[in-house]
Amino acid sequence: MAHRKVGFGLRGIGHAVVNGVGRLGYASRFFLMILIGSGASFRRIHLTIREIYFTGVMSLIIILVSGLFVGMVLGLQGYETLQKYGSESALGSLVALSLVRELGPVLAALLFASRAGSAITAEIGLMKATEQIAAMEMMAVDPISRVVAPRFWAGVTSMPLLAAMFSAVGVFGGYLVGVVFIGVDVGSFWSQMEAAVDFRQDIVNGVIKSVVFGIAVTAIALFEGYDAPPTAEGVSHATTRTVVTSALVVLGLDFILTVFMFRGV
Amino acid sequence: MPAENLVEISDLNFSYGKHPILKGINMNIPRGKLVAIMGLSGCGKTTTLRLIGGSIRPTTGSVKVAGKEVGGLDTEDLYTMRRKMGMLFQFGALFTDLSVYENVAFQMREHTDLPETVIRDLVMMKLHAVGLLGAHGLMPSELSGGMARRVALARAIALDPMLMMYDEPFAGLDPISLAVIGNLIRRLNDALGATSILVTHDIQESLKIVDYVYFMADGVVVAEGTADEIKASRLPFVHQFVWGESDGPVSFHYPSAPYREDLLLELAHGA
Repeated sequence: MAHRKVGFGLRGIGHAVVNGVGRLGYASRFFLMILIGSGASFRRIHLTIREIYFTGVMSLIIILVSGLFVGMVLGLQGYETLQKYGSESALGSLVALSLVRELGPVLAALLFASRAGSAITAEIGLMKATEQIAAMEMMAVDPISRVVAPRFWAGVTSMPLLAAMFSAVGVFGGYLVGVVFIGVDVGSFWSQMEAAVDFRQDIVNGVIKSVVFGIAVTAIALFEGYDAPPTAEGVSHATTRTVVTSALVVLGLDFILTVFMFRGV
Repeated sequence: MPAENLVEISDLNFSYGKHPILKGINMNIPRGKLVAIMGLSGCGKTTTLRLIGGSIRPTTGSVKVAGKEVGGLDTEDLYTMRRKMGMLFQFGALFTDLSVYENVAFQMREHTDLPETVIRDLVMMKLHAVGLLGAHGLMPSELSGGMARRVALARAIALDPMLMMYDEPFAGLDPISLAVIGNLIRRLNDALGATSILVTHDIQESLKIVDYVYFMADGVVVAEGTADEIKASRLPFVHQFVWGESDGPVSFHYPSAPYREDLLLELAHGA
């Protein structure tokens, strides 16, 4: 009896691994098809600009409000810790480095996955469920070029811009709490920040991170939508998977990128 | 004569995995005719339509459209062929983010370099043909089921296809919309000089408009003939289908163990 249970368990693990590898292969092929079908996204740039509005511009509110609050909390918590060591003048550099290197790209990517990623998955999943994708194929129009690729490039373009805005508003939040409300010296807040933040090391690396997160989150959202079973339940599961998978992938990638970018800094 | 047939299907077999859907069917769709494929849900009608459109490939056998083997075409040739085909999906499949006008103009924008003024004239002409000229500014969410089907029809005929395929065009329509769609299918087929395949199980409406009927059951063609021949058919399955009888060769009951045995089993458990 016990060895039958072990057998069932092993079979389950084997099944999950085979499925996982198959799905990964299918996702890689899908990603390659997006790249191949990307020509139309650049030739007919209005398709991509329209999607930038839906994925980028429509995500602005959540990004800006979240960035402001994160910056304010950073200002408050940072001040509480720094003042114990008499280093409250370093508040500006703490807020800026935290945001530009880590919190800006990571939190903006997580919010982007929740707001825009889930919307992309649901939209494409529903297009599939209502036969819009099939109709497009029957009209001799490749849905990868017409529907998927413009959304991909819109996501990849929007993500670094949103992360930059998140960081900028966050710095302003830190300034509000640290300088305006608590009374940290305004000159030392900005000068310390200017001295501590390196353009190549911090800003460029932060942008690289957000581009990588943009590629990952948008590709996951598109794949989940395109692969969703054409039912209400299928689309619902796909949307959930987009948010969960994106969050895990973003955090995992962040660790890997941080190891390579900031080791020894 | 083969040249007269736009679509030729011979010894066609198709399976999903080990589950056979079509078992050696043969059909010919002559040019200029409106041909219906009828049968119960799950008998393989839509699968046949998808094989003609090249969405899926035959397991064995042949599907030829305009003399070309559809299953043997690569993506580019298949897309070239599909530009000459139009398809009306069961619930229209309109692009929900585009207006009625943009839906009808979609193929013209994708496949032609026509100037905007010409596209506008063509779109209005197609919408006029389906009686929805005044609805060009509406979004799909603002349309009734019948209107959505008519817009989808205008979109499907946008590039004057040689072959029109209709997948359950009457599903879920009120009697007036149903008659309107039926008349449009017939009129447009004749006006465009097209060939049409109508997949449906709405027997009364379709027998009024079609030239020929193929009846399918369990993946095979069980009967064929003109509308009058089908109405007069004495084949038990066709008779049951045409006259909507609840019992006959197609049983009311899903296969199961005898009800009496089931009851006795329940009693035994209760005791």
